[in-house]
Amino acid sequence: MSWLDYFRAARKEEAPPSASAAKERLQIVLAHERIGRTREDFLPRLQQELVAVVARYVAIDPGKVKLDLDRGGDMSTLAIEIELPAPSPGRQAAAS
Amino acid sequence: MAQVIVVTSGKGGVGKTTTSAAFATGLAQRGKKTVVIDFDVGLRNLDLIMGVERRVVFDIVNVIQGEARLNQALIRDKRVDTLAILPASQTRDKDALTREGVSTIIEELSADFDYILCDSPAGIEKGALLALYFADQAIVVTNPEVSSVRDSDRILGVLQSKSKRAEEKKDKVKEHLLVTRYDPNRVERGEMLKLEDVREILAIPLLGVVPENESVLKASNTGTPVIMDTESVAGQAYKDAVGRFLGEDLPHRFLEPDKKPGLFRRLFGGRAA
Repeated sequence: MSWLDYFRAARKEEAPPSASAAKERLQIVLAHERIGRTREDFLPRLQQELVAVVARYVAIDPGKVKLDLDRGGDMSTLAIEIELPAPSPGRQAAAS
Repeated sequence: MAQVIVVTSGKGGVGKTTTSAAFATGLAQRGKKTVVIDFDVGLRNLDLIMGVERRVVFDIVNVIQGEARLNQALIRDKRVDTLAILPASQTRDKDALTREGVSTIIEELSADFDYILCDSPAGIEKGALLALYFADQAIVVTNPEVSSVRDSDRILGVLQSKSKRAEEKKDKVKEHLLVTRYDPNRVERGEMLKLEDVREILAIPLLGVVPENESVLKASNTGTPVIMDTESVAGQAYKDAVGRFLGEDLPHRFLEPDKKPGLFRRLFGGRAA
């Protein structure tokens, strides 16, 4: 360990000004909550309906659906990962 | 016709009751006939902060249920003669408050007082909704801290949708931001939200900033509204806020961190002076 590390460590302790993180997080969460006040937040329903549509075509295991919602400032992302069951051996044979 | 002012915040522990006591006392000291009502049924505390806990005989629930007349329940302050307190009930549950009952009380008080302050309980349940329902103006007490700012934003939404003024589509409730427990030293170190940040996020007119100050605890210990401690920065900050509320143009004070001691003082400490 170099003697310079002593100074680096000392500087690091002062580094993160958490107040700016507080402001950023507040601005994002409030932007979403204010929308929810005037109209319904559609994202939870959108999730349910999308999964229901897939379930109409494929027999999916509800335990194997992964939903990931990230509400951001400029953009939100909704990631839905659905594990589709392996095709049955009979149909696989017919295809080849 | 009295002005009804709700002191609210959503979050608990940010200084609603301290503010209600200080503000009511401040208005009364300026000669305004003022009554302050505790809406926190079951968890009353305004009586303690005002130092009248030993004089409570009847409370708001007794009045609503016809067990006492309003005048019997009102406690006249012994320090400021234009000030009165209507305590909450400590034993009943929140359902004892009804909109009709509160409406009658406010109507009756309107005839005798200039200002009716409603000290809201925390949360957005019945007691809090009733405290803000009749408001003409709202003092939103906020700490420079994420959960408090978020809850204040929420309560502003409630004021704009569930108050009587909102329901009757009248002019909206006049909103005032009061930032309390502000610590300029921590703000300077980047550990606390800046005043400008809180103002920018909530976007309502600023009534005052009360710094974090030992005098607030001392005042509650003795049951003296902190505004009566005229030496303290918190007392002065509340006095300024009352002045602004009454239309005075006063600069905001106590926003700067303590002066850093210069190199000379740091080396030689207090002995140099």
